[in-house]
Amino acid sequence: MELTGAEITIRCLQEEGVEYVFGYPGGAVLFIYDELFKQETVKHVLVRHEQAAVHAADGYARSTDKVGVALVTSGPGVTNAVTGIATAYMDSIPMVVISGQVPTSFIGEDAFQEVDAVGITRPCVKHNFLVKDVKDLASTLKKAFYLAKSGRPGPVLVDIPKDVSNTKTAFEYPSTVNIRSYHPQVAGDANLIKQAAQMLLEAKRPMVYAGGGVILSDAAKQLTDLVRLIDAPCTNTLMGLGGYPASDKQFVGMLGMHGTYEANMGMQNCDVLLAVGARFDDRVIGNVAHFNSVPRKIIHLDIDPASISKRVKVDVPLVGDVANVLGELIKVLKSSKQKPDAAAHKDWWKQIDEWRGANSLVYKNSSELIKPQFVIETLHKITRGDAYVASDVGQHQMWAAQYYKFDQPRRWINSGGLGTMGFGLPAAMGVQLAHPDATVACVTGEGSIQMNIQELSTCKQFNLPIKIIALNNRYLGMVRQWQEFFHGNRYSQSYMDALPDFVKVAEAYGHVGILVEKPSDVEGALQEAFARKDELVFLDFRTDSTENVYPMVPGGRGLSEVILAEDL
Amino acid sequence: MRHIISLLMANEAGALSRVSGLFSARGYNIESLTVAPTEDATLSRMTIVTSGSDEVIEQINKQLNKLVDVVSVMDLSDGDHIERELMLVKVRAEGADREELKRMSDIFRGRVIDVSDKTYTIELTGAGSKLDSFLQAIDRKLILETVRTGASGIGRGERILKI
Ligand SMILES: Cc1ncc(C[n+]2csc(CCOP(=O)(O)OP(=O)(O)O)c2C)c(N)n1
Repeated sequence: MELTGAEITIRCLQEEGVEYVFGYPGGAVLFIYDELFKQETVKHVLVRHEQAAVHAADGYARSTDKVGVALVTSGPGVTNAVTGIATAYMDSIPMVVISGQVPTSFIGEDAFQEVDAVGITRPCVKHNFLVKDVKDLASTLKKAFYLAKSGRPGPVLVDIPKDVSNTKTAFEYPSTVNIRSYHPQVAGDANLIKQAAQMLLEAKRPMVYAGGGVILSDAAKQLTDLVRLIDAPCTNTLMGLGGYPASDKQFVGMLGMHGTYEANMGMQNCDVLLAVGARFDDRVIGNVAHFNSVPRKIIHLDIDPASISKRVKVDVPLVGDVANVLGELIKVLKSSKQKPDAAAHKDWWKQIDEWRGANSLVYKNSSELIKPQFVIETLHKITRGDAYVASDVGQHQMWAAQYYKFDQPRRWINSGGLGTMGFGLPAAMGVQLAHPDATVACVTGEGSIQMNIQELSTCKQFNLPIKIIALNNRYLGMVRQWQEFFHGNRYSQSYMDALPDFVKVAEAYGHVGILVEKPSDVEGALQEAFARKDELVFLDFRTDSTENVYPMVPGGRGLSEVILAEDL
Repeated sequence: MRHIISLLMANEAGALSRVSGLFSARGYNIESLTVAPTEDATLSRMTIVTSGSDEVIEQINKQLNKLVDVVSVMDLSDGDHIERELMLVKVRAEGADREELKRMSDIFRGRVIDVSDKTYTIELTGAGSKLDSFLQAIDRKLILETVRTGASGIGRGERILKI
């Protein structure tokens, strides 16, 4: 039977088992929307801005192991989506974005709502396609899903001209994909795995540093087993939180610019470092030369060969899928007669505990001013550490990362690589749709929330009972902090003036709003909010406006050159 | 150090811009880049001349391999290889210069491929340095126009770049 391109598009989504498409209609995708209308398997979530469609698809993907799907129209639809695509790209999130394009015969003529979607998105997608012939549509969509999910995941854009979606051809969904130039390496090299195992067993001061790759590869269990087996302290990156249980005694917290003292000191002073699904980026290891100034052996496991030896030279490169290679590594370690060096490890743990003693996350609570850290700690308590927490970008993000102790993977949803303000709320929508019965919180700031606040409307339409935890400090706090530290207290454009009454805003959209001004009301307000299981509640916490995030390794400095709260 | 990288990639619209975009986005040098279809019409072969530290070259190779359209990559400078570039030079050729230019062209194994009353167009192939030498050997004032393809390269003997 012959189907139109639009019918084929929907059929492909059905074949891929797509549950939700996040999107916004327009001229170039009208035929596709028409087909969406005629069926019920693929549900469409109408957002209020295309950026939010992509973030929602992203949140959906991060909190599951599925591919997120967004659908946007040509021109402004695509350009609005770009921030979302770049966000997903930086964090390697599997996603397919379908964009409409002007009819093929108009391409290149500056037609109404024409942009070069493939050109604009090229640097921020894993791959993209312009489908010029409807005969190629099904196989292209198949490839798109395969590319998005396999290897190092990432967003893939498929640009479909309007005439292609309205032209008929025979439909057959390919059962397999073969891209001759694309063969991601899944299994690791057996010899290198042996070398790595030996190195880990001989380590006197081992350290495991695990990133988002652990989450993406669903390797939390393997990571935990391995860390216990080799008796090493384990740190997670901002992207890796939940990959190792935060409540475990071998966990030393997040590392990096706002990492714990023990994590950063451990990184700097270990003799064997196992990096897993992480990429030694600048926010994580600070100054490269400083990091390299001490000798240590590095084993680096990543699915992307280009991540290995990009910023830091490694001794044992392990290219492969994290879960797979960790599994092999565990086997080799278990079959070895050699055991970790207990005596040396005892000294190492003693040293770690000393660093822990610096208590780098301690803060002074107050009975007058709401401390943001206290809100997050209370959030953790009220939700019993079992919520999905989507975050925006800024100080609140760091506090959420530091004080909400994630014990499970895929619970912490944040824009780590691109640092996109406006990510939190739409991402939380994707999470809530994926997990309708779960508790979903969105930790945000009064700056970030205003970047996609229109999505309160989407939340109403789709009954998404997200709890918005706004740490409202009346500042673009992270900017203010940098200005305080590095720009002589000149708070250039970082004060948030003329703020709306968020309670009224929430109410105007049909939700519940609660203003919290006193520390003694924090717990009660959170309790009330989470008791409202079926309602979205916007909690406007008026927090201490001058609180800073500590510890802090200033940009360009080394991991041990850290500013602690008590230094000031 | 200077490296000459050969790659095979799918002969798809936009494939070239993925490669050139990669170089500009990551700040890698491109000294020259040539591309044309191969005997297999679905594939194009590209030769890129670049320079950088060993670490940068390693990243270039890995990043190129990561492009979905790229089928295989070889750093020709890792082993024995041959490098050739084609240059066309149009020169003012009048009076005594005519004889001299012809003589120089012969010395460099060039060929005069277009002749007018006042000009010659000389075709030369060779390694880039040979083409440079030719341009230095003739009177600069006589050069009207030059066009060069950039280097193409191939491995020697059994060093073969294929799928
Ligand atoms: C889209 C975007 N624009 C600008 C920035 C730069 N930036 C990083 S944090 C920050 C302040 C965020 O303020 P707010 O959301 O109120 O959170 P706070 O830091 O106060 O917790 C800004 C402006 C960004 N990350 N994203």
